[in-house]
Amino acid sequence: MTQDESEFHAVNPARLTGAEILWATLLGEGVTEVFGYPGGAILPAYDALRKFPIRHILVRHEQGAAHMADGYARASGKVGVAIATSGPGATNLVTGIATAMMDSIPMVCITGQVSGKVLGTDAFQEIDITGITLPVTKHNFLVSRAEEIAPAIRAAFQIAQSGRPGPVLVDITKDAQQASAIFDFAAAQPRAYTPHPMLHCTNQRLHEAAELIRSAQRPVLLAGHGILQARAGEQVRSLAERMQIPVGMTLLGLGTFPASHPLNMGMMGMHGESWVNHAIQEADLLIACGMRFDDRVIGTPATYAPKAKKIHIEIDPAEINKNIPVDIALVGDLRDVLEQLLPLLPGRDGSAWLRSIEESKGTAAVRDIRNLPDSGHLYAAHVMHDLWRITEGRAIVATDVGQHQMWEAQYYHHDHPRTLITSGGLGTMGFALPAGIGAKVARPDQEVWVIAGDGGFQMTAAELATIKQEKLKINIAIINNGYLGMVRQWQEFFYERNYESTPLVSPDFVKLADAHGIAGAAVRTRAELEQTVQRAREHDGAFLINFLVEQEDSVYPMIPAGSALHEMIRRPDQNPLIETPQDQ
Amino acid sequence: MLHTFVAYVEDKPGVLTRVASLFRRLNINIISLTVGRSERTGYSRMTIVADASDQAGHRIRASLYKLEDVAEVDDISGVSAVTRELALIKVAANVENRSGVFELAEVFRARIVDLAPESLMIEITGVESKIEGLIQVLNEKENRVLEVCRSGKMTMRRGHHTSRVLRAMGVASEPPAANDAYKGDESQAIHLE
Ligand SMILES: Cc1ncc(C[n+]2csc(CCOP(=O)(O)OP(=O)(O)O)c2C)c(N)n1
Ligand SMILES: [Mg+2]
Repeated sequence: MTQDESEFHAVNPARLTGAEILWATLLGEGVTEVFGYPGGAILPAYDALRKFPIRHILVRHEQGAAHMADGYARASGKVGVAIATSGPGATNLVTGIATAMMDSIPMVCITGQVSGKVLGTDAFQEIDITGITLPVTKHNFLVSRAEEIAPAIRAAFQIAQSGRPGPVLVDITKDAQQASAIFDFAAAQPRAYTPHPMLHCTNQRLHEAAELIRSAQRPVLLAGHGILQARAGEQVRSLAERMQIPVGMTLLGLGTFPASHPLNMGMMGMHGESWVNHAIQEADLLIACGMRFDDRVIGTPATYAPKAKKIHIEIDPAEINKNIPVDIALVGDLRDVLEQLLPLLPGRDGSAWLRSIEESKGTAAVRDIRNLPDSGHLYAAHVMHDLWRITEGRAIVATDVGQHQMWEAQYYHHDHPRTLITSGGLGTMGFALPAGIGAKVARPDQEVWVIAGDGGFQMTAAELATIKQEKLKINIAIINNGYLGMVRQWQEFFYERNYESTPLVSPDFVKLADAHGIAGAAVRTRAELEQTVQRAREHDGAFLINFLVEQEDSVYPMIPAGSALHEMIRRPDQNPLIETPQDQ
Repeated sequence: MLHTFVAYVEDKPGVLTRVASLFRRLNINIISLTVGRSERTGYSRMTIVADASDQAGHRIRASLYKLEDVAEVDDISGVSAVTRELALIKVAANVENRSGVFELAEVFRARIVDLAPESLMIEITGVESKIEGLIQVLNEKENRVLEVCRSGKMTMRRGHHTSRVLRAMGVASEPPAANDAYKGDESQAIHLE
């Protein structure tokens, strides 16, 4: 129990206003920071805030509040909290809520609502936010009585964190905030959490799975976000090491299994490493751990891993056989399942398979940008690689969406969980800056880098002011290629280079930072890179670097949407960046 | 194929929307949906009939369970169950041609529940095909069908093997392996019909 919690338990139960109950309940749930933006319908809550030891971070747009709460949750594993007023405040949260929903992030959003007596009358700033967010929340509540606030908030926290996590919204009418009720934290406890009734992991299934694993010649372990959610990193590592199984990572899985581990092959999927995708296509067994066979990972279902038996270990029964039919489903908490599975697996010699994967890399090492001479051009891949090297892979990196996101995933090697914060499922541009703020608030001692494209950065750039107001030490890297790069790449590959609406005129980002009282510098060559990055790290306060990178570079390899995993577009010969002798 | 689910859901505002919204999101058409109070206080019972691919049953059931307000879901497609639907049918009929309708009602074990100079109302309960049979025959006669109101299907497993009983007995419901459709437990219950 925290200090705050014990203090407030001393005054509990007591008669409080709904607004006070809201904060007292949040406090009881262990909340120390919230991200929000006030307005009429949530004003009673804001008025009561000063009585509670909770830090409120004033955002510049409610979407920012939701992404911050999301980044906070991803960086810490705790529930992130976002607050907004009714109507436009609430609707501005929606993109952030949907982002959290797609990536199963535990988050609680609190919105003010018009008073109960005018509900349903199209009152000023009334919007049916529980209706709007129904498909993008794990659950939501409309609360119209002060008595219901504590139970709803407590239930929201339980739902957000349990099973497969997700965002929960609690919409509280203004009169419920103003009315008073007896506050009793303990009595507001939700009924005991019941796991999904279709969890299923019998002894027989476990033995069948173990037999498949023991007899596999070419197994591959697919490591997903669920490893983080289930805190199963150790168990996955034991499984891989004991049975000598190479591991492929999903985007959200990065960091759950150390990048530097010899069994870690790297990322799979659309922009995954060629040898990982080849290994999956050649495998005779896939062990999917906490991943959902997203379409960006499988290419096309018809041709996915045709030779492999599939074991799917997953907590959400609705994911079983959704995209890829599997042979054995172990439906339950990943850590529990692996704990039961591991004793059945004595060990195995996997050297032949590992060697053949190593061979399939060919001369990949030659492709490594470290080994290429400086051509005077600055490539985004250089930036990622150098950032990784300079920060020793220890920073928390929040990325936006686009080419730079994929380059980050390819070149910044994450050894630790919760160090990559990125919007995977929804692919929300504008995510990086606010999510990075949330991460910094959650883990103030950590070095935080926001890496955003010139396009996405401008979607939520207003949050620079939040950084300034909150005095946050955040480093920002803008990968400025003058284009909506990922879309331009698709136009290049699939639309005959018709660069319609993708060239982008941007403000001078360094001046923009300066206008916010934030220091910054531009980097045009690789030679300037290291010293500028060091300057940013050492600077007392936030620092923005505008990396002016090669404009028409593309992310390779790439599996065109709907193609098989092995049908990759490779980097063309004339490009000096990652050319190999094999390509010639 | 047609899938039939029985769901126990909390009896409070918005629950129907959540259930309906789930089917909408999965792009699955609901053929019929009936809701009413159940033997459990605070819970309504729904019978949902939906048209979806053969494999969809597992995902629908699993997804329904993910709704906070859903307490129990039973997939009773293809298991031994009693299914009933109620229909009210208003037919144009006067003194001259009424008696033919009376006869028909008799054959279909339906009841005449309202009689007016130019029309009458039939109440019929039964399986879908029986109700559709009656409507078809009525349309073949000169008696025009003026209105049809159908309740949608209500379904109950035969015997004691509701999923709740199964669960209490410790037999967990099982997600199917690929190509292995969920098989309900066909008990040796005596079929009275
Ligand atoms: C909110 C939103 N709108 C549109 C898209 C589609 N989209 C995906 S990547 C991308 C380009 C991103 O450009 P930029 O931020 O400059 O990053 P780059 O790809 O150049 O690294 C766009 C428009 C999106 N993912 N999110
Ligand atoms: Mg760009």
